[in-house]
Amino acid sequence: MNYIVEVQGVKKSFKDVQAVKTLNLSIKPGEFVGLLGPNGAGKTTLVEMIEGLQQPDEGVIKIAGKTWKSNTTELHNLIGLSLQETKFMDRLTVFENTQLFASFYHLGTERVNEVIELVELQDKKKAYVTNLSGGQRQRLALGIALLNKPSILLLDEPTTGLDPHARRGIWTILKNLKDEKKTSLILTTHYMDEAEFLCDRIIIMDQGSVLADDTLENLLQNYDGAHNLDELFINLTGRHLYE
Amino acid sequence: MKKLYNNQLYRLIVAHMKEIVREPAVLFWGIGFPIMMAWGLGIAFTNKTEMSREIAVIEHKGTGSFQKSVLEDILEHYPGKQKGDYILPLQNEKVGNINLTFHACSLSDAHILLKKGIISMIIDVVDNKIYYYFDPANAEAQLLYQLVKGVVYNGPAYYSSHQEEIKPLTVSGTRYIDFLIPGLLAMGIMMSSSWGISYTLIERRSKKLLRRMVATPMKKSNLLIALITARFGMNVIEAVLLYLFAWWYFDIQIQGNPFALIVIFIAGNIAFAGISVLISSHTSNPEIGNGLINAIVTPMMVVSGIFFSYQHFPDWALPVIRNLPLTMLADGVRSIFNEGAGMMNIWKETLILTATGLITFLLGLRIFKWY
Repeated sequence: MNYIVEVQGVKKSFKDVQAVKTLNLSIKPGEFVGLLGPNGAGKTTLVEMIEGLQQPDEGVIKIAGKTWKSNTTELHNLIGLSLQETKFMDRLTVFENTQLFASFYHLGTERVNEVIELVELQDKKKAYVTNLSGGQRQRLALGIALLNKPSILLLDEPTTGLDPHARRGIWTILKNLKDEKKTSLILTTHYMDEAEFLCDRIIIMDQGSVLADDTLENLLQNYDGAHNLDELFINLTGRHLYE
Repeated sequence: MKKLYNNQLYRLIVAHMKEIVREPAVLFWGIGFPIMMAWGLGIAFTNKTEMSREIAVIEHKGTGSFQKSVLEDILEHYPGKQKGDYILPLQNEKVGNINLTFHACSLSDAHILLKKGIISMIIDVVDNKIYYYFDPANAEAQLLYQLVKGVVYNGPAYYSSHQEEIKPLTVSGTRYIDFLIPGLLAMGIMMSSSWGISYTLIERRSKKLLRRMVATPMKKSNLLIALITARFGMNVIEAVLLYLFAWWYFDIQIQGNPFALIVIFIAGNIAFAGISVLISSHTSNPEIGNGLINAIVTPMMVVSGIFFSYQHFPDWALPVIRNLPLTMLADGVRSIFNEGAGMMNIWKETLILTATGLITFLLGLRIFKWY
């Protein structure tokens, strides 16, 4: 089978801390995968290695069958991402920020307007980023991540700190994307309901290792007594996910 | 004691004190920097066993009048001739010793010394009348006038009978404002580049915007080129506006080659763009960045002869000061503005500034942390 993302035997350490321990995973085209785990589980490090922002100490990461080395520009064109708490240029408008990033992909105004509409920021098109709410900023980040119609979308905690209404707004956009079946999603989150709502498959990580990797249904079936992901995480680690 | 330990006001004071002490940048700017400035300015103005003030005395060719002048007679009472200059030591235990150095030179040479900020007063003796030329707006020149006037009046009786006249210097290029504007222009390039390039990069790194940008097909070099170009454009506008204001309000003139001015302006921008990239190459903490930028620019602002001549600093410090990028830029710009300099006079500064910019830029790029 062709995988859009393949992670084989990947390890990563920072000084004395082993952030990711010998990790293997594969993601199919169009698959929505949730990476769950507490702070320090290694989710962000794994995602950043897939994004090409970090180099693994050992192992291989392939995107569409290619490694980052010597295919950087090509792979950058395949991925879209939203980092944890990225801030854009405060004194540029929503349109200007989107236009700037569109220029990196050689995209014109038409795509900029499409994306602004997709993330429902038409009313804020001329607003400075500094005047946007948290939810609007995250929608802008998502819109910018979607500019190049990526094959893989990597979202690092896209709804952390948002109110339920704003979170729902992001979910709706992602659900629509899922229905199009053109994009794979790797989503790191603390929220069970987010993973349950959006993801085909859930990977639970802790201390740099994968503890479980399956569909929500199978995970709950395989771990007796777990009625939801939080209970499952307690069964696996003896701790709550948010600890 | 226990009561105090849990006292609200006490706890608030302790909390605020801890916040101050645990922030290295605050400690540096609050304690370290004032001490550094006190030391820097102190050695410039106070920590001298003997202070030196320089005055030009016009030597009229053919008449030998300087040799017969009233000042020469006075100076004979205080012999101390060095390399053609007359040294007049004024000793005062309480006020401190001041060496008045009189350079015998032509009027045009005196003007050059004045424009360079080496002297602040010219004396001319014509027909038993002493003419004091200085800018009345320059406080240092005013003091010097009082000092020399005192020497003349306290000399042999017949000198004090000489008439005197103050000739305010209003000739373009010799006023304090003529000294100041080119310095401000140079300082503007430094300040604008270091804050506009360094701080912007550090802030964007701290906001993860650099990280976000390099995760796209954007060419990394384009980001730096764009930032430097935008800043250069702003620097051009700032410099033109400053010059137009100075020309309109103070009648400042560019006496030298405008092309040379453009060349050294570009070289200055290259130098400070490179230095700015190097400053911002590593840190992602804007407070540390703030401290780094200030630690580089503020000493130069003080010692590079922007507001006052760096000749007041000790002799051992002068070779260092003269080779600082801001000093080179300010001296170069000043020589074009006031001394009529052209390319031949500023090529060395231009080369060094350009090389400084390129070397620091490449070094900064080599260690540059994009995220």
